[in-house]
Amino acid sequence: MAATQNNLPGAGKSAPQGFVYLPLIAGWLIPGAGHFLLRKWGRGVLLAFAILCMFIVGLAMQGKVYSDAHDILDMLGFAGDLGNGLLYIGSRVLGLGAVQVQTTVSDWGTRFIVVAGLLNVIAAVDAHNLRTGRKPL
Amino acid sequence: MFSPSHFTAVLLFSLCASLVFGITMRDTTARMVRYGIYCFILFVGSAIALSWIMYFIAH
Repeated sequence: MAATQNNLPGAGKSAPQGFVYLPLIAGWLIPGAGHFLLRKWGRGVLLAFAILCMFIVGLAMQGKVYSDAHDILDMLGFAGDLGNGLLYIGSRVLGLGAVQVQTTVSDWGTRFIVVAGLLNVIAAVDAHNLRTGRKPL
Repeated sequence: MFSPSHFTAVLLFSLCASLVFGITMRDTTARMVRYGIYCFILFVGSAIALSWIMYFIAH
């Protein structure tokens, strides 16, 4: 399918000014912050609520916060946890979360924390797409 | 320690994931709401369907 000049993403808009990666980095560090920077208050609040809720429920279920990786599954979990940005750093500093998974609920909690990180990365990339004009504001 | 039932955990997970999927994967508010509800139903529906499949395999 041929794309004309007018229906290309961002066509007819001026080039983004300033540091385009700021919403991406802010959104990664603080859930919803990327959308707040773009004055998308409603979306930011809902994203922050969903990601914070998932992270806090994961911790309340005594989910494991990955601190090191011994095998490939640990590495994937660690990468997912890193997606939580400052929430991950804060939980490590405060010693929150279980060191070892001992119950089924704790295993679910671990998944909640990992998925919260992955969802936060998706939200941060969405903020970046809004900033660059790839997704309409 | 918070110990939800398996189904409560499924509902919490589905709600949060659907909210993020709906907002990030669609452009307009109406389409976001529709896609969020669609994802939520698929998450919960597939969990229930898989649970019944595993029940019949086990019995």
